[in-house]
Amino acid sequence: MTTHKGASRFNITAIATGLAFLYLPIAILVIYSFNDSRSVAVWGGWSLRWYRELFNDSAMIEAAWTSLRIAFFSATAATILGTLAAVALTRIGRFRGRFVFSAMMYAPLVLPEVIIGLSLLLLFVAVDFDRGFWATALAHTTLTLCFVAAIVQARLIDFDRSIEEAAMDLGCSPLRAFLAVTLPLIVPAIASGWMLAFTLSLDDFVIASFTTGPGATTLPIRIYSQVRLGVKPETNAICTLMIASVALIVVAASLVSKRYVMSDERNTALGASI
Amino acid sequence: MSTSSSPRTASRPWSSRLIILVPYLWLCLFLLVPFLIVAKLSLSQIAVAQPPYAPVFDPAAGLAGIQSFIGALSLDNYRTLFSDALYISSFFKSLEIASISTLLLIAAAFPIAYGVSRVRHSLQPALVVAVMLPFWTAFLIRIYAWITILQREGLLNDLLLALRIVDQPVPMLASDTAVYIGIVYSYLPFMVLPIYAVLSKMDDSLLEAAADLGCPRWKTFWLVTFPLARPGLLAGALLCFIPIVGEFIIPDLLGDSRTQMIGQTLWTEFFANRDWPVASALAMVLLGALLIPIMIMQRMQNDAFWVRR
Repeated sequence: MTTHKGASRFNITAIATGLAFLYLPIAILVIYSFNDSRSVAVWGGWSLRWYRELFNDSAMIEAAWTSLRIAFFSATAATILGTLAAVALTRIGRFRGRFVFSAMMYAPLVLPEVIIGLSLLLLFVAVDFDRGFWATALAHTTLTLCFVAAIVQARLIDFDRSIEEAAMDLGCSPLRAFLAVTLPLIVPAIASGWMLAFTLSLDDFVIASFTTGPGATTLPIRIYSQVRLGVKPETNAICTLMIASVALIVVAASLVSKRYVMSDERNTALGASI
Repeated sequence: MSTSSSPRTASRPWSSRLIILVPYLWLCLFLLVPFLIVAKLSLSQIAVAQPPYAPVFDPAAGLAGIQSFIGALSLDNYRTLFSDALYISSFFKSLEIASISTLLLIAAAFPIAYGVSRVRHSLQPALVVAVMLPFWTAFLIRIYAWITILQREGLLNDLLLALRIVDQPVPMLASDTAVYIGIVYSYLPFMVLPIYAVLSKMDDSLLEAAADLGCPRWKTFWLVTFPLARPGLLAGALLCFIPIVGEFIIPDLLGDSRTQMIGQTLWTEFFANRDWPVASALAMVLLGALLIPIMIMQRMQNDAFWVRR
Protein backbone atom coordinates (compact mmCIF):
# COMPACT_ATOMS: atom_id res chain seq x y z
CA MET A 1 0.00 0.00 0.00
CA THR A 2 2.95 2.32 -0.37
CA THR A 3 2.19 3.32 -3.94
CA HIS A 4 0.87 6.71 -4.90
CA LYS A 5 -2.91 6.62 -4.86
CA GLY A 6 -3.16 8.25 -8.27
CA ALA A 7 -5.62 10.76 -9.58
CA SER A 8 -9.34 10.33 -9.16
CA ARG A 9 -11.90 11.41 -11.71
CA PHE A 10 -12.49 14.51 -9.61
CA ASN A 11 -8.79 15.42 -9.77
CA ILE A 12 -8.67 15.02 -13.55
CA THR A 13 -11.82 17.11 -13.97
CA ALA A 14 -10.37 19.88 -11.78
CA ILE A 15 -7.16 20.01 -13.81
CA ALA A 16 -8.98 19.91 -17.14
CA THR A 17 -11.44 22.63 -16.14
CA GLY A 18 -8.62 24.78 -14.76
CA LEU A 19 -6.53 24.50 -17.91
CA ALA A 20 -9.58 25.16 -20.11
CA PHE A 21 -10.36 28.27 -18.08
CA LEU A 22 -6.76 29.46 -18.45
CA TYR A 23 -6.32 28.74 -22.15
CA LEU A 24 -9.75 29.12 -23.76
CA PRO A 25 -9.86 32.95 -23.67
CA ILE A 26 -6.37 33.15 -25.19
CA ALA A 27 -7.31 30.59 -27.84
CA ILE A 28 -10.44 32.55 -28.74
CA LEU A 29 -8.44 35.75 -29.01
CA VAL A 30 -5.95 34.10 -31.36
CA ILE A 31 -8.64 32.48 -33.52
CA TYR A 32 -10.55 35.74 -33.93
CA SER A 33 -7.43 37.53 -35.09
CA PHE A 34 -7.81 35.45 -38.28
CA ASN A 35 -11.47 36.38 -38.69
CA ASP A 36 -12.25 38.11 -41.96
CA SER A 37 -15.27 39.95 -40.54
CA ARG A 38 -14.92 43.30 -38.77
CA SER A 39 -17.44 42.32 -36.13
CA VAL A 40 -16.17 40.06 -33.39
CA ALA A 41 -19.53 38.32 -33.11
CA VAL A 42 -19.65 37.16 -36.74
CA TRP A 43 -17.26 34.60 -38.19
CA GLY A 44 -16.44 35.65 -41.76
CA GLY A 45 -13.92 32.97 -42.67
CA TRP A 46 -10.16 32.75 -42.27
CA SER A 47 -8.06 35.68 -43.38
CA LEU A 48 -4.80 37.52 -42.72
CA ARG A 49 -6.49 40.85 -43.35
CA TRP A 50 -5.86 42.28 -39.87
CA TYR A 51 -2.20 41.35 -39.97
CA ARG A 52 -1.86 43.24 -43.25
CA GLU A 53 -3.52 46.28 -41.67
CA LEU A 54 -1.24 45.93 -38.70
CA PHE A 55 1.86 46.15 -40.86
CA ASN A 56 0.53 49.35 -42.39
CA ASP A 57 -0.08 50.87 -38.97
CA SER A 58 3.15 52.79 -38.55
CA ALA A 59 2.25 54.13 -35.08
CA MET A 60 1.80 50.56 -33.82
CA ILE A 61 5.08 49.41 -35.34
CA GLU A 62 6.84 52.43 -33.87
CA ALA A 63 5.40 51.59 -30.42
CA ALA A 64 6.46 47.95 -30.76
CA TRP A 65 10.00 49.00 -31.66
CA THR A 66 10.14 51.39 -28.68
CA SER A 67 8.93 48.64 -26.34
CA LEU A 68 11.44 46.12 -27.66
CA ARG A 69 14.34 48.53 -27.18
CA ILE A 70 13.24 49.48 -23.66
CA ALA A 71 12.81 45.79 -22.81
CA PHE A 72 16.27 44.96 -24.17
CA PHE A 73 18.08 47.71 -22.28
CA SER A 74 16.23 47.25 -19.03
CA ALA A 75 16.45 43.44 -19.06
CA THR A 76 20.19 43.57 -19.66
CA ALA A 77 20.82 46.14 -16.94
CA ALA A 78 18.45 44.35 -14.56
CA THR A 79 20.20 41.02 -15.14
CA ILE A 80 23.59 42.47 -14.22
CA LEU A 81 22.29 44.34 -11.16
CA GLY A 82 19.99 41.52 -10.06
CA THR A 83 22.75 38.92 -10.29
CA LEU A 84 25.07 41.15 -8.24
CA ALA A 85 22.32 41.63 -5.66
CA ALA A 86 21.65 37.88 -5.46
CA VAL A 87 25.35 37.18 -4.97
CA ALA A 88 25.56 39.91 -2.32
CA LEU A 89 22.66 38.41 -0.39
CA THR A 90 23.73 34.77 -0.59
CA ARG A 91 27.53 34.84 -0.65
CA ILE A 92 28.74 37.82 1.36
CA GLY A 93 27.21 36.98 4.72
CA ARG A 94 26.48 39.85 7.08
CA PHE A 95 27.02 43.45 6.14
CA ARG A 96 25.69 46.72 7.43
CA GLY A 97 22.28 47.59 5.99
CA ARG A 98 21.58 44.03 4.88
CA PHE A 99 18.02 44.17 6.21
CA VAL A 100 17.17 47.37 4.32
CA PHE A 101 18.80 45.89 1.24
CA SER A 102 16.75 42.70 1.29
CA ALA A 103 13.58 44.66 2.04
CA MET A 104 14.23 46.89 -0.97
CA MET A 105 14.90 43.84 -3.13
CA TYR A 106 11.64 42.36 -2.05
CA ALA A 107 9.27 45.34 -2.14
CA PRO A 108 8.84 45.66 -5.94
CA LEU A 109 7.78 42.01 -6.19
CA VAL A 110 4.52 42.75 -4.40
CA LEU A 111 4.02 46.51 -4.36
CA PRO A 112 1.15 47.81 -6.49
CA GLU A 113 2.49 49.21 -9.75
CA VAL A 114 0.69 52.52 -9.31
CA ILE A 115 2.89 53.24 -6.28
CA ILE A 116 6.12 52.35 -8.08
CA GLY A 117 5.10 54.34 -11.14
CA LEU A 118 4.07 57.42 -9.19
CA SER A 119 7.16 57.46 -6.98
CA LEU A 120 9.56 57.08 -9.91
CA LEU A 121 7.81 59.81 -11.84
CA LEU A 122 8.14 62.16 -8.87
CA LEU A 123 11.86 61.35 -8.71
CA PHE A 124 12.32 62.17 -12.38
CA VAL A 125 10.42 65.44 -11.95
CA ALA A 126 12.44 66.33 -8.84
CA VAL A 127 15.78 65.91 -10.59
CA ASP A 128 14.46 67.37 -13.83
CA PHE A 129 15.07 64.20 -15.85
CA ASP A 130 13.00 64.09 -19.04
CA ARG A 131 10.18 61.57 -19.07
CA GLY A 132 10.36 59.21 -22.00
CA PHE A 133 12.46 56.36 -23.30
CA TRP A 134 15.29 56.41 -20.74
CA ALA A 135 13.07 57.19 -17.77
CA THR A 136 10.95 54.14 -18.64
CA ALA A 137 14.04 51.98 -19.16
CA LEU A 138 15.38 53.00 -15.73
CA ALA A 139 11.99 52.34 -14.11
CA HIS A 140 11.75 48.89 -15.70
CA THR A 141 15.31 48.08 -14.68
CA THR A 142 14.45 48.85 -11.06
CA LEU A 143 11.29 46.73 -11.13
CA THR A 144 12.72 43.73 -12.97
CA LEU A 145 16.10 43.53 -11.24
CA CYS A 146 14.25 42.30 -8.16
CA PHE A 147 12.67 39.45 -10.14
CA VAL A 148 16.06 38.50 -11.60
CA ALA A 149 17.57 38.57 -8.11
CA ALA A 150 14.81 36.31 -6.76
CA ILE A 151 15.44 33.70 -9.48
CA VAL A 152 19.24 33.79 -9.23
CA GLN A 153 19.09 33.79 -5.44
CA ALA A 154 16.95 30.64 -5.44
CA ARG A 155 19.55 28.96 -7.65
CA LEU A 156 22.47 30.11 -5.48
CA ILE A 157 20.79 28.78 -2.32
CA ASP A 158 20.24 25.36 -3.92
CA PHE A 159 23.77 25.27 -5.16
CA ASP A 160 26.40 22.93 -3.76
CA ARG A 161 28.92 25.28 -2.18
CA SER A 162 31.58 22.64 -1.72
CA ILE A 163 32.67 23.05 -5.36
CA GLU A 164 33.38 26.72 -4.74
CA GLU A 165 35.21 25.88 -1.55
CA ALA A 166 37.24 23.24 -3.35
CA ALA A 167 38.32 25.82 -5.90
CA MET A 168 39.34 28.20 -3.14
CA ASP A 169 41.22 25.45 -1.30
CA LEU A 170 43.13 24.85 -4.51
CA GLY A 171 44.24 28.47 -4.47
CA CYS A 172 41.58 30.38 -6.37
CA SER A 173 40.67 33.80 -5.03
CA PRO A 174 36.95 34.11 -4.14
CA LEU A 175 36.42 36.24 -7.23
CA ARG A 176 38.12 33.71 -9.50
CA ALA A 177 36.29 30.84 -7.88
CA PHE A 178 33.05 32.66 -8.56
CA LEU A 179 33.88 33.46 -12.18
CA ALA A 180 35.32 30.06 -13.02
CA VAL A 181 33.03 27.76 -11.03
CA THR A 182 29.83 29.43 -9.85
CA LEU A 183 28.98 31.67 -12.77
CA PRO A 184 28.88 28.93 -15.43
CA LEU A 185 26.57 26.90 -13.19
CA ILE A 186 24.08 29.69 -12.59
CA VAL A 187 23.94 30.79 -16.22
CA PRO A 188 20.55 29.10 -16.82
CA ALA A 189 19.04 30.99 -13.88
CA ILE A 190 20.57 34.23 -15.15
CA ALA A 191 19.21 33.54 -18.64
CA SER A 192 15.69 32.87 -17.39
CA GLY A 193 15.97 35.98 -15.24
CA TRP A 194 16.81 38.01 -18.34
CA MET A 195 13.85 36.58 -20.19
CA LEU A 196 11.45 37.23 -17.33
CA ALA A 197 12.76 40.80 -17.11
CA PHE A 198 12.34 41.21 -20.86
CA THR A 199 8.72 40.03 -20.90
CA LEU A 200 7.80 41.99 -17.76
CA SER A 201 9.13 45.15 -19.37
CA LEU A 202 7.35 44.37 -22.62
CA ASP A 203 4.06 43.83 -20.75
CA ASP A 204 4.13 46.77 -18.42
CA PHE A 205 1.44 49.36 -18.89
CA VAL A 206 0.98 51.06 -15.50
CA ILE A 207 4.56 52.10 -14.70
CA ALA A 208 5.28 53.13 -18.28
CA SER A 209 2.20 55.37 -18.28
CA PHE A 210 3.79 57.38 -15.50
CA THR A 211 7.34 57.49 -16.78
CA THR A 212 6.98 57.79 -20.53
CA GLY A 213 6.54 60.98 -22.47
CA PRO A 214 5.73 62.18 -25.96
CA GLY A 215 7.58 60.27 -28.65
CA ALA A 216 8.11 57.19 -26.50
CA THR A 217 4.70 55.48 -26.59
CA THR A 218 5.15 51.84 -25.67
CA LEU A 219 3.19 48.96 -27.15
CA PRO A 220 0.97 48.31 -24.09
CA ILE A 221 0.08 52.01 -23.89
CA ARG A 222 -0.86 51.97 -27.57
CA ILE A 223 -2.88 48.76 -27.18
CA TYR A 224 -4.59 50.12 -24.09
CA SER A 225 -5.79 53.26 -25.83
CA GLN A 226 -7.14 51.06 -28.63
CA VAL A 227 -8.88 48.71 -26.22
CA ARG A 228 -10.58 51.61 -24.47
CA LEU A 229 -12.14 52.57 -27.78
CA GLY A 230 -13.58 49.10 -28.23
CA VAL A 231 -12.74 45.69 -29.59
CA LYS A 232 -10.95 45.72 -32.95
CA PRO A 233 -9.70 42.65 -34.83
CA GLU A 234 -6.43 44.49 -35.41
CA THR A 235 -5.88 44.47 -31.63
CA ASN A 236 -6.39 40.70 -31.70
CA ALA A 237 -3.71 40.46 -34.35
CA ILE A 238 -1.07 42.42 -32.40
CA CYS A 239 -1.95 40.47 -29.24
CA THR A 240 -1.55 37.20 -31.13
CA LEU A 241 1.87 38.27 -32.35
CA MET A 242 2.92 39.15 -28.80
CA ILE A 243 1.64 35.82 -27.46
CA ALA A 244 3.43 33.93 -30.24
CA SER A 245 6.75 35.66 -29.62
CA VAL A 246 6.59 35.13 -25.87
CA ALA A 247 5.63 31.47 -26.36
CA LEU A 248 8.60 31.09 -28.71
CA ILE A 249 10.97 32.61 -26.15
CA VAL A 250 9.63 30.45 -23.33
CA VAL A 251 9.91 27.23 -25.35
CA ALA A 252 13.43 28.12 -26.46
CA ALA A 253 14.33 28.94 -22.88
CA SER A 254 13.05 25.67 -21.52
CA LEU A 255 14.99 23.75 -24.20
CA VAL A 256 18.19 25.65 -23.40
CA SER A 257 17.78 25.26 -19.65
CA LYS A 258 17.07 21.54 -20.01
CA ARG A 259 20.36 21.12 -21.81
CA TYR A 260 22.10 23.21 -19.16
CA VAL A 261 20.55 21.27 -16.32
CA MET A 262 21.93 18.09 -17.83
CA SER A 263 25.45 19.47 -18.21
CA ASP A 264 25.00 21.02 -14.80
CA GLU A 265 24.31 17.62 -13.27
CA ARG A 266 27.36 16.23 -15.01
CA ASN A 267 29.47 19.02 -13.53
CA THR A 268 28.09 18.48 -10.08
CA ALA A 269 28.81 14.78 -10.38
CA LEU A 270 32.30 15.63 -11.56
CA GLY A 271 32.74 17.96 -8.61
CA ALA A 272 31.56 15.27 -6.23
CA SER A 273 33.89 12.66 -7.72
CA ILE A 274 36.90 14.94 -7.22
CA MET B 1 43.62 53.10 4.80
CA SER B 2 43.82 49.50 5.91
CA THR B 3 45.48 50.46 9.17
CA SER B 4 42.51 52.50 10.34
CA SER B 5 39.69 50.16 9.30
CA SER B 6 38.38 47.35 11.45
CA PRO B 7 39.59 43.81 10.77
CA ARG B 8 36.20 42.76 9.42
CA THR B 9 36.10 45.35 6.68
CA ALA B 10 39.80 44.91 6.02
CA SER B 11 39.29 41.24 5.25
CA ARG B 12 36.62 42.12 2.72
CA PRO B 13 38.08 42.52 -0.77
CA TRP B 14 37.11 45.50 -2.92
CA SER B 15 35.26 43.21 -5.31
CA SER B 16 32.69 42.10 -2.75
CA ARG B 17 32.17 45.69 -1.61
CA LEU B 18 31.43 46.60 -5.19
CA ILE B 19 29.00 43.69 -5.50
CA ILE B 20 27.03 45.04 -2.57
CA LEU B 21 27.33 48.72 -3.37
CA VAL B 22 26.23 48.82 -6.99
CA PRO B 23 22.75 47.26 -6.58
CA TYR B 24 22.38 48.85 -3.14
CA LEU B 25 22.94 52.37 -4.41
CA TRP B 26 20.71 51.70 -7.40
CA LEU B 27 17.83 50.63 -5.18
CA CYS B 28 18.38 53.55 -2.80
CA LEU B 29 18.27 55.97 -5.71
CA PHE B 30 15.33 54.45 -7.59
CA LEU B 31 13.25 53.02 -4.75
CA LEU B 32 14.02 54.57 -1.38
CA VAL B 33 14.48 58.18 -2.50
CA PRO B 34 11.31 58.11 -4.64
CA PHE B 35 9.34 56.86 -1.63
CA LEU B 36 10.68 59.68 0.50
CA ILE B 37 9.62 62.11 -2.23
CA VAL B 38 6.11 60.60 -2.24
CA ALA B 39 5.97 60.92 1.55
CA LYS B 40 7.09 64.54 1.37
CA LEU B 41 4.72 65.39 -1.45
CA SER B 42 1.77 63.92 0.44
CA LEU B 43 2.32 66.73 2.95
CA SER B 44 2.47 69.43 0.26
CA GLN B 45 -0.21 71.47 -1.45
CA ILE B 46 -1.32 71.61 -5.04
CA ALA B 47 -0.08 74.71 -6.84
CA VAL B 48 -0.45 76.23 -10.28
CA ALA B 49 3.20 75.93 -11.11
CA GLN B 50 5.80 73.67 -12.64
CA PRO B 51 6.12 71.28 -10.80
CA PRO B 52 2.46 71.54 -9.71
CA TYR B 53 2.96 71.50 -5.94
CA ALA B 54 4.28 73.65 -3.11
CA PRO B 55 6.49 74.03 -1.16
CA VAL B 56 9.45 73.22 -3.38
CA PHE B 57 12.63 72.69 -1.40
CA ASP B 58 15.16 75.41 -2.18
CA PRO B 59 18.64 74.53 -0.96
CA ALA B 60 19.95 78.03 -1.83
CA ALA B 61 17.87 79.66 0.93
CA GLY B 62 19.88 77.91 3.64
CA LEU B 63 18.58 77.25 7.13
CA ALA B 64 15.72 79.73 6.86
CA GLY B 65 14.70 77.95 3.68
CA ILE B 66 14.51 74.62 5.50
CA GLN B 67 12.43 76.21 8.25
CA SER B 68 9.88 77.76 5.94
CA PHE B 69 9.83 74.52 3.93
CA ILE B 70 8.99 72.41 6.96
CA GLY B 71 6.52 75.02 8.19
CA ALA B 72 4.62 74.81 4.92
CA LEU B 73 4.06 71.06 5.18
CA SER B 74 0.68 69.97 6.47
CA LEU B 75 -1.60 67.00 6.93
CA ASP B 76 -4.39 68.65 4.90
CA ASN B 77 -4.33 66.02 2.16
CA TYR B 78 -4.89 63.23 4.65
CA ARG B 79 -7.74 65.19 6.21
CA THR B 80 -9.28 65.50 2.76
CA LEU B 81 -8.88 61.77 2.14
CA PHE B 82 -10.51 60.75 5.39
CA SER B 83 -13.44 63.15 5.12
CA ASP B 84 -14.40 62.67 1.47
CA ALA B 85 -16.81 59.80 0.81
CA LEU B 86 -15.33 59.15 -2.65
CA TYR B 87 -11.90 58.27 -1.30
CA ILE B 88 -13.26 56.25 1.60
CA SER B 89 -15.58 54.23 -0.60
CA SER B 90 -12.87 53.45 -3.18
CA PHE B 91 -10.56 52.40 -0.37
CA PHE B 92 -13.08 50.01 1.13
CA LYS B 93 -14.17 48.81 -2.30
CA SER B 94 -10.56 47.83 -2.98
CA LEU B 95 -10.32 45.86 0.25
CA GLU B 96 -13.71 44.25 -0.43
CA ILE B 97 -12.85 43.23 -3.99
CA ALA B 98 -9.41 41.98 -2.93
CA SER B 99 -10.83 39.91 -0.05
CA ILE B 100 -13.66 38.35 -2.04
CA SER B 101 -11.46 37.57 -4.99
CA THR B 102 -8.83 36.01 -2.73
CA LEU B 103 -11.51 33.65 -1.39
CA LEU B 104 -12.72 32.92 -4.93
CA LEU B 105 -9.12 32.25 -5.96
CA ILE B 106 -8.63 29.78 -3.12
CA ALA B 107 -11.85 27.99 -4.10
CA ALA B 108 -10.75 27.84 -7.75
CA ALA B 109 -7.09 27.04 -7.17
CA PHE B 110 -7.32 24.39 -4.48
CA PRO B 111 -8.94 21.66 -6.60
CA ILE B 112 -6.46 22.33 -9.41
CA ALA B 113 -3.41 22.28 -7.12
CA TYR B 114 -4.73 19.21 -5.34
CA GLY B 115 -5.37 17.48 -8.67
CA VAL B 116 -1.88 18.24 -9.95
CA SER B 117 -0.33 16.91 -6.75
CA ARG B 118 -2.23 13.62 -7.19
CA VAL B 119 -1.28 12.74 -10.77
CA ARG B 120 1.74 10.66 -11.68
CA HIS B 121 4.99 12.33 -10.58
CA SER B 122 6.43 12.37 -14.08
CA LEU B 123 3.48 14.45 -15.32
CA GLN B 124 3.54 17.04 -12.56
CA PRO B 125 6.30 19.39 -13.84
CA ALA B 126 4.59 19.69 -17.22
CA LEU B 127 1.27 20.55 -15.58
CA VAL B 128 2.91 23.15 -13.36
CA VAL B 129 4.44 24.77 -16.45
CA ALA B 130 1.04 24.66 -18.16
CA VAL B 131 -0.54 26.50 -15.22
CA MET B 132 2.28 29.06 -15.10
CA LEU B 133 2.55 29.72 -18.83
CA PRO B 134 -0.34 32.22 -19.14
CA PHE B 135 1.51 34.41 -16.62
CA TRP B 136 4.08 35.07 -19.34
CA THR B 137 1.47 36.56 -21.65
CA ALA B 138 0.81 40.23 -21.05
CA PHE B 139 -1.73 41.08 -18.41
CA LEU B 140 -3.38 43.54 -20.75
CA ILE B 141 -3.86 40.89 -23.43
CA ARG B 142 -5.50 38.49 -21.01
CA ILE B 143 -7.95 41.15 -19.87
CA TYR B 144 -8.63 42.13 -23.46
CA ALA B 145 -9.46 38.50 -24.22
CA TRP B 146 -12.22 38.65 -21.62
CA ILE B 147 -13.67 41.82 -23.12
CA THR B 148 -14.27 39.99 -26.38
CA ILE B 149 -15.98 37.21 -24.47
CA LEU B 150 -18.09 39.26 -22.07
CA GLN B 151 -19.18 42.22 -24.17
CA ARG B 152 -22.75 42.67 -25.34
CA GLU B 153 -22.16 41.20 -28.80
CA GLY B 154 -19.59 38.87 -27.29
CA LEU B 155 -19.15 35.15 -27.47
CA LEU B 156 -20.71 34.28 -24.12
CA ASN B 157 -23.91 36.13 -24.99
CA ASP B 158 -23.96 34.40 -28.40
CA LEU B 159 -23.62 31.06 -26.68
CA LEU B 160 -26.36 31.80 -24.14
CA LEU B 161 -28.67 33.01 -26.91
CA ALA B 162 -27.96 29.98 -29.08
CA LEU B 163 -28.67 27.64 -26.18
CA ARG B 164 -31.87 29.62 -25.50
CA ILE B 165 -30.85 30.18 -21.89
CA VAL B 166 -31.62 33.89 -22.35
CA ASP B 167 -33.69 35.62 -25.04
CA GLN B 168 -31.73 38.85 -25.16
CA PRO B 169 -28.08 39.70 -24.55
CA VAL B 170 -27.18 40.08 -20.88
CA PRO B 171 -24.92 43.02 -20.05
CA MET B 172 -21.92 41.35 -18.44
CA LEU B 173 -19.12 43.81 -19.01
CA ALA B 174 -18.78 46.79 -16.67
CA SER B 175 -19.91 44.89 -13.61
CA ASP B 176 -18.62 43.37 -10.38
CA THR B 177 -18.83 39.93 -11.94
CA ALA B 178 -16.59 40.92 -14.84
CA VAL B 179 -14.00 42.37 -12.45
CA TYR B 180 -14.01 39.18 -10.35
CA ILE B 181 -13.66 37.01 -13.45
CA GLY B 182 -10.75 39.13 -14.65
CA ILE B 183 -8.98 38.99 -11.29
CA VAL B 184 -9.45 35.25 -10.77
CA TYR B 185 -8.26 34.64 -14.31
CA SER B 186 -5.15 36.79 -13.97
CA TYR B 187 -4.05 35.68 -10.51
CA LEU B 188 -4.93 31.97 -10.66
CA PRO B 189 -1.33 30.80 -11.30
CA PHE B 190 -0.12 32.69 -8.21
CA MET B 191 -2.60 30.83 -6.05
CA VAL B 192 -2.19 27.37 -7.59
CA LEU B 193 1.59 27.35 -7.30
CA PRO B 194 2.09 27.88 -3.54
CA ILE B 195 -0.74 25.46 -2.70
CA TYR B 196 0.73 22.86 -5.04
CA ALA B 197 4.16 23.42 -3.46
CA VAL B 198 2.93 22.32 -0.02
CA LEU B 199 0.59 19.57 -1.26
CA SER B 200 3.29 17.95 -3.38
CA LYS B 201 5.49 17.62 -0.30
CA MET B 202 2.73 15.95 1.69
CA ASP B 203 3.49 12.47 2.96
CA ASP B 204 0.98 10.01 1.45
CA SER B 205 1.39 7.60 4.33
CA LEU B 206 -0.61 10.06 6.48
CA LEU B 207 -3.59 9.55 4.18
CA GLU B 208 -3.10 5.79 4.25
CA ALA B 209 -2.90 5.82 8.02
CA ALA B 210 -6.15 7.78 8.20
CA ALA B 211 -7.79 5.34 5.77
CA ASP B 212 -6.50 2.34 7.70
CA LEU B 213 -8.00 3.77 10.86
CA GLY B 214 -11.37 3.98 9.14
CA CYS B 215 -11.52 7.70 8.51
CA PRO B 216 -13.87 8.58 5.62
CA ARG B 217 -12.23 10.38 2.69
CA TRP B 218 -13.92 13.75 3.17
CA LYS B 219 -12.94 13.69 6.83
CA THR B 220 -9.34 12.81 5.97
CA PHE B 221 -9.31 15.73 3.61
CA TRP B 222 -10.61 18.09 6.26
CA LEU B 223 -8.48 16.77 9.14
CA VAL B 224 -5.22 15.95 7.33
CA THR B 225 -4.84 17.49 3.87
CA PHE B 226 -6.35 20.88 4.53
CA PRO B 227 -4.36 21.73 7.70
CA LEU B 228 -1.15 20.64 5.98
CA ALA B 229 -1.94 22.92 3.04
CA ARG B 230 -2.48 25.98 5.23
CA PRO B 231 0.97 27.57 4.79
CA GLY B 232 0.54 27.34 1.03
CA LEU B 233 -2.93 28.86 1.26
CA LEU B 234 -1.62 31.74 3.35
CA ALA B 235 1.29 32.39 0.99
CA GLY B 236 -1.01 32.30 -2.04
CA ALA B 237 -3.57 34.53 -0.35
CA LEU B 238 -0.97 37.20 0.45
CA LEU B 239 0.67 36.87 -2.96
CA CYS B 240 -2.72 37.65 -4.56
CA PHE B 241 -4.32 39.99 -2.03
CA ILE B 242 -1.52 42.57 -1.92
CA PRO B 243 -1.31 43.39 -5.64
CA ILE B 244 -5.09 43.08 -6.13
CA VAL B 245 -5.73 45.89 -3.62
CA GLY B 246 -3.71 48.23 -5.85
CA GLU B 247 -5.04 46.81 -9.13
CA PHE B 248 -5.68 49.30 -11.90
CA ILE B 249 -6.06 47.66 -15.32
CA ILE B 250 -8.73 45.09 -14.42
CA PRO B 251 -11.32 47.40 -12.78
CA ASP B 252 -10.60 50.07 -15.37
CA LEU B 253 -11.28 47.82 -18.37
CA LEU B 254 -13.85 45.40 -16.97
CA GLY B 255 -15.58 47.42 -14.26
CA ASP B 256 -17.57 50.64 -14.01
CA SER B 257 -17.99 53.49 -11.54
CA ARG B 258 -19.34 51.08 -8.92
CA THR B 259 -16.11 49.11 -8.93
CA GLN B 260 -13.81 52.12 -8.58
CA MET B 261 -10.73 50.92 -6.71
CA ILE B 262 -8.07 52.96 -4.95
CA GLY B 263 -5.55 52.45 -7.76
CA GLN B 264 -7.99 54.09 -10.17
CA THR B 265 -8.66 56.95 -7.76
CA LEU B 266 -4.93 57.59 -7.51
CA TRP B 267 -4.68 57.46 -11.29
CA THR B 268 -7.53 59.98 -11.75
CA GLU B 269 -6.10 62.35 -9.16
CA PHE B 270 -2.76 62.22 -10.87
CA PHE B 271 -3.59 62.25 -14.58
CA ALA B 272 -7.01 63.91 -14.75
CA ASN B 273 -7.04 66.31 -11.80
CA ARG B 274 -3.27 66.81 -11.78
CA ASP B 275 -3.41 66.87 -7.99
CA TRP B 276 -0.02 65.28 -7.28
CA PRO B 277 -0.11 65.85 -3.50
CA VAL B 278 -3.45 64.05 -3.07
CA ALA B 279 -2.25 61.23 -5.37
CA SER B 280 0.84 60.90 -3.17
CA ALA B 281 -1.26 60.85 0.01
CA LEU B 282 -3.36 58.08 -1.57
CA ALA B 283 -0.19 56.15 -2.34
CA MET B 284 0.90 56.51 1.29
CA VAL B 285 -2.49 55.28 2.57
CA LEU B 286 -2.38 52.33 0.16
CA LEU B 287 1.14 51.51 1.27
CA GLY B 288 0.12 51.78 4.92
CA ALA B 289 -2.77 49.38 4.40
CA LEU B 290 -0.49 46.85 2.70
CA LEU B 291 2.42 47.17 5.10
CA ILE B 292 1.28 44.47 7.51
CA PRO B 293 0.46 41.85 4.84
CA ILE B 294 3.77 42.66 3.11
CA MET B 295 5.70 42.20 6.35
CA ILE B 296 4.01 38.88 7.11
CA MET B 297 4.88 37.80 3.64
CA GLN B 298 8.52 38.79 3.83
CA ARG B 299 8.68 36.84 7.05
CA MET B 300 7.28 33.78 5.31
CA GLN B 301 9.62 34.24 2.40
CA ASN B 302 12.53 34.07 4.78
CA ASP B 303 11.30 30.64 5.84
CA ALA B 304 10.70 30.48 2.23
CA PHE B 305 9.50 28.28 -0.41
CA TRP B 306 7.59 30.22 -2.95
CA VAL B 307 10.56 31.98 -4.50
CA ARG B 308 12.04 28.61 -5.30
CA ARG B 309 9.87 28.44 -8.38
